[in-house]
Amino acid sequence: MSRLRLLAGRDITSGAEDFTEHVRRLGAQPAAGPALIETIVRSGLTGRGGASFPVGLKWKSVAAHSHGSAVVVVNGAEGEPHSKKDRMLMTTRPHLILDGAFLAAHSVRARQVVLYIGEEHEAARNAMLRALAERRPNERKITRVLGAPPRYVAGDSSAVVHLVNAGIATPMTTPPSPHERGVEGGPTLVQNVESLAHAALIARHGDAWYRSAGRRGAAGTLLVTVAGGVSGPGVHEIEAGTTVAEAVEMAGGVTEPARAVLIGGYFGSWVPAEHAWDLPLDSAMLRERGLSIGCGVVGILHHSSCVVCETAGIMRYLAAESSAQCGPCFFGLRALADACSRVAERGTNPDDMHRLHRWAIDVRGRGACHHPDGAVTFLQSALKSFPDDFAHHPAHWRGQGRQTPAGRAQGAHLDE
Amino acid sequence: MSRDVQFLVDRIRCDGHGLCAEILPELTRLDDWGYPIFAPGPVPDQLLPLAQKAVESCPVLALALKRAERHRTAR
Amino acid sequence: MSDTLLWYTTRAAGAVSLVMLSAVVVLGILSTLRVQSPNWPRFLTTGLHRNLALLTLVFLGLHIVTAVVDPFTHLGWLAAVVPFSSYYRTFWLGLGTIAFLLLLAIVATSLVRGFLGHGAWRAIHWLTYAAWPVAVLHGFGTGTDGWSFWLLVLAWACIIAVGVAAAYRFMSGPRDPLASARTAFRADVNRREGE
Repeated sequence: MSRLRLLAGRDITSGAEDFTEHVRRLGAQPAAGPALIETIVRSGLTGRGGASFPVGLKWKSVAAHSHGSAVVVVNGAEGEPHSKKDRMLMTTRPHLILDGAFLAAHSVRARQVVLYIGEEHEAARNAMLRALAERRPNERKITRVLGAPPRYVAGDSSAVVHLVNAGIATPMTTPPSPHERGVEGGPTLVQNVESLAHAALIARHGDAWYRSAGRRGAAGTLLVTVAGGVSGPGVHEIEAGTTVAEAVEMAGGVTEPARAVLIGGYFGSWVPAEHAWDLPLDSAMLRERGLSIGCGVVGILHHSSCVVCETAGIMRYLAAESSAQCGPCFFGLRALADACSRVAERGTNPDDMHRLHRWAIDVRGRGACHHPDGAVTFLQSALKSFPDDFAHHPAHWRGQGRQTPAGRAQGAHLDE
Repeated sequence: MSRDVQFLVDRIRCDGHGLCAEILPELTRLDDWGYPIFAPGPVPDQLLPLAQKAVESCPVLALALKRAERHRTAR
Repeated sequence: MSDTLLWYTTRAAGAVSLVMLSAVVVLGILSTLRVQSPNWPRFLTTGLHRNLALLTLVFLGLHIVTAVVDPFTHLGWLAAVVPFSSYYRTFWLGLGTIAFLLLLAIVATSLVRGFLGHGAWRAIHWLTYAAWPVAVLHGFGTGTDGWSFWLLVLAWACIIAVGVAAAYRFMSGPRDPLASARTAFRADVNRREGE
């Protein structure tokens, strides 16, 4: 990869870049304010937390509602099991993230910055805390650190707000959404760490610079986590528009012939490998094709694995991660996961196939947050991309409902 | 003249009591687990009184009727 | 109006109120228990509960008015709203006043439930479990002069009905099918200090 931006600087295996190095390499903290917001809008930077919402528009909206009561939440929860990019960024480039956070805080007139870091991401947390200690007093004074519970929905914006306000990381009903009324009633900007890091660089080099990277008409760079059947799984910074095949090459290539690619993580979509290789990894270009970049996970599944079984395993995980606040999500996802598992373990039957299609439609859009929607999108992509596998599945179980030491099912064995 | 009124459901408050589906079966049905699915789109004028009754009858006040501007349509 | 007629009306209205109130409480409990059948939809239970409650207030009003204007008891209107302010059977009548005030609060908040919000409404509605026994005690305490056999049977039927319903309610777990799963999840993501 020729143009590293987020990961430019010292080698990522050699630890965090400290403040002195950061300033020496990139210069002093640039200016913040409405002009910066406009620059970010022009850059076309989209969020890296999964929803790909335009970052500049988000800052603009929060600034518009803010009367000095806004709050910036730096979202480093990274609850997606196979995603490692946020952890990696926090561990190696904490000052980029902090720059972005304080630039955002200044631009939206926030009085508080919350660093929301996954409880189990110890190295990341330590790196961010050390970096925070190196910052100026006026920045440290307005910042606090909060641990994100290691559950999938803990990264949801409204769940973060609920945790800060009431101590419990469960999603809330919207409206009002966090950018209107969030932490302590003030408009809250919840932004993924990678998004903030990009913003910090755009603030220094401008929107034209950001757009100068990218392939096939896409703009900017992004972090992807290549997981599963490749020889060098891990996080890579790629130019937007890089194809799946190119990204897989960067990760050492496949170790066995690939059957399917999971694009976007557990809320993403399965794509048959032969159709996936040429897909450009860019949020807009994927959306045109009915797909989503999500949190940037690209998972490779071998022919020796079974798509149906893997899907069942992931559905079981997602069902178990429901916050159990909404009936359709909790019962619906469980029923879908059970039906999927029956097909996986005991073989196809028309009743379960009918149920999978019917319940998926029933469940979509009927939760307070997007958890059921993401799960259903994932399931429907499996049904659509591999209809024959589902229609003729024999009775075997080649998936894994592996338990982590904490006792939680991890879903798919993509990382092997 | 249609005023474009929509159902707004607090999905977290909803406990699947199902009175709304009893009162307004024209616009509501229960899914396999007892939770209501609302027909998309605005409430027809002639059903507005029943819709109001459904809102008032919800034991947990999970329902509301809102003039639709740009709300996510309840399902 | 003849004194005896007033007296009988007071006691009759009081008895009817108690029977109706008991039915209201039982219906409320049935509603919480989500009792229903193809021929008995839920809105029948809740509708009856509401309408009967309002009707109870009517009979309760009759009971109070006839008691106050009855020259035998020398009750002032104050006794109807300030507990233990009467000379006549101070304690037992006072209980009646308390029950009346509680019921007023419960009905009033129910009428403005939309503005009050579910949480506050529910908290006050729980006072039913105080209002009903207080009303029963009031009935026994003030009505014991010349209670007929049938009145006693009626009173005990009410007590048994409410008692059984309440016992069933408190012995069965939450009817919300998500209750235990939700509690378990919340416990796992709870980061409040000291918990």
